[in-house]
Amino acid sequence: MSLISWGMYPKTQNRVHKLTTKDALKNTLQESNELIPFGNGRSYGDSAIADEIVYTKPYDYFLNFDEEHGVLHCQAGVLLSDILEAFVKRGWFLKVTPGTKLITVGGAIASDVHGKNHHIEGCFSECVEEFSLMRADGEIVTCQKGEELFLATCGGMGLTGIILDAKISLKKINSQFIRQTTIKTKNLEETFAAFEEYKHLPYSVAWIDCLAKGEEIGKCLLMVGDFADDGDLAYKSASKLNIPFNFPSFALNKLSVKAFNWLYYNKAPNGISKQRVGIDTFFYPLDAIGNWNRIYGKNGFTQYQFILPKESSFEGLKIILDKIAQSGKGSFLAVLKLYGKENANYLSFPIEGYSLALDFKIEDGLFELLDELDKVVVEFGGRIYLTKDVRVSKETFEKGYTHIEKFREYRKTNKMDEKFNSLQSKRVEI
Amino acid sequence: MSYVLIVGAKSDIAKEVARVYTKNGYDLYLAARNADELEEFAEDVRVRGGKSVELKELDVTAFDTHESFYDSLDEKPLGVVVVSGYMPEQHEAQKDFSKSLNAINTNYTGAVSLLNIIANDMEDKRRGFIVGVSSVAGDRGRKANYIYGSAKAAFSAYLSGLRNRLHESGVSVLTVKPGFVATKMTENLDLPEKLTAQPSDVALDIFNAQQKGKNVLYTKWIWRYVMLIIGAIPEFMFKKMSI
Repeated sequence: MSLISWGMYPKTQNRVHKLTTKDALKNTLQESNELIPFGNGRSYGDSAIADEIVYTKPYDYFLNFDEEHGVLHCQAGVLLSDILEAFVKRGWFLKVTPGTKLITVGGAIASDVHGKNHHIEGCFSECVEEFSLMRADGEIVTCQKGEELFLATCGGMGLTGIILDAKISLKKINSQFIRQTTIKTKNLEETFAAFEEYKHLPYSVAWIDCLAKGEEIGKCLLMVGDFADDGDLAYKSASKLNIPFNFPSFALNKLSVKAFNWLYYNKAPNGISKQRVGIDTFFYPLDAIGNWNRIYGKNGFTQYQFILPKESSFEGLKIILDKIAQSGKGSFLAVLKLYGKENANYLSFPIEGYSLALDFKIEDGLFELLDELDKVVVEFGGRIYLTKDVRVSKETFEKGYTHIEKFREYRKTNKMDEKFNSLQSKRVEI
Repeated sequence: MSYVLIVGAKSDIAKEVARVYTKNGYDLYLAARNADELEEFAEDVRVRGGKSVELKELDVTAFDTHESFYDSLDEKPLGVVVVSGYMPEQHEAQKDFSKSLNAINTNYTGAVSLLNIIANDMEDKRRGFIVGVSSVAGDRGRKANYIYGSAKAAFSAYLSGLRNRLHESGVSVLTVKPGFVATKMTENLDLPEKLTAQPSDVALDIFNAQQKGKNVLYTKWIWRYVMLIIGAIPEFMFKKMSI
């Protein structure tokens, strides 16, 4: 059985080693040349793909919960959804969660994921108290906040070793409901103004219609909110639909995307409206459809996610949105978000500014378009998110990440570069 | 809260069944041979559910210990899920009767011995549920694994009769017939992806079917129809086939 990533591109043959025990992992490390850890396969590109893969999801025991401080100790293969199912009913929630709960704790650390509250709470590493990791030589080390191994591993794409377990702190909630406000804007100016106006609220994200042109560029639905104080905690994971097969690749074209965006945008009331929604609806809308990646057809898709510094965001986004609209290449989803301060981790994606994420199905001409967009991103001082990426060039990547040389050197000194590699790490030479 | 007794708690399916029941508020008895090896897993289930999880030593093939095993449970379980099973290599089992006997005792005789005791108690109390994990292999004997299959066939027939008997006392009996499941038992087989279930999906199917009081569960569901077709093949053809 070979593993593929969420974007179903590239499809390669690989040898899969299930992570079951530390001893077995040590043997695997000794017997293999190079490998990369793989969690639940939700990163989009080739960051967890290599000839040999350590499949960490089966390593999924909860080890301990410190009720007083709200600190959970669990193995790296535990899914965020497992944590929610166990702890929401006891009044705890993840401090930081991305837009899918179907990722492993190990993956969350390796990608240093972020969520709708980045501008307040930062990345996932903020809630990681410590983790243990198996190094290339099979030794197990425990790593605390502030150590260099911590800075390199959080956001380090699995390139520093195999994360075994972690202590993560949860946050208290009083309700399984979120008070949501939806703001419908008419253009990018209004969108930016709305982000600023509501940035005191912990959660915010905007869905952008990226086929809009001219005056309407950047029109969006901005959703902001916070947990309610009242209501119950009787959270049950929403049952999910499944897409049982790959859609034919023509199913998703300019017209169908336009129709979807139009419906989505128009269904929302004008101006400002308020809703009370559940955790799954607010944080994980796409998890309700299992295997939604199949709608892009069997050739797969990629997500292009970049971030621009705040001062150049407006100008840069306008240019990029314009190029996308002109290309007519469909993006089912375009997500815009205002981020808070950058952290000290070597390869974490977020910087203070605006990030845009869009899906594209893999087709002729796509990578040329993305290369074009890369130029704008670089010109405006931005960077590309490795967790989503499958094609960025070494040059583009390097220009965005200021700590890249430190990361490379650290890997080299500790001989991590001889043992842990993905297709991506080889492409961008990290 | 009510206890559920899981028999054969070391299997991959059993572990996921334990997680589903704890998530839904049940306390657990996890029974297996060398049960102390399950301590780390028991802690996992305790942290997940915040419920009581007790390990119990039990050998399903040590029939004469079953009475005292059940007596030793302080609070009698509301439900029991029998997952214990053993699939020998067919070509070995047909040469070595001790392997055949072990398959029969683990999959069938041991379950009968234990469930007789539990069923009597539940019938007296007029409440409870029994879940037996049998197999589609019991629906029709095939040369590839008929020794395992025949033991499961006997277990399915036992559960059917038990369901019939206990219906009047309000105790439900669920027969579970998994098809291919990706577990330790099948690790070295090359299974077709579309017909193969994950242990966590099987566990969720079991929980839902049990809560709804269903009688027979095929999981994945498609196996009901696969077995319908296999069952419909006339014997004069079937005997020549290799499936």
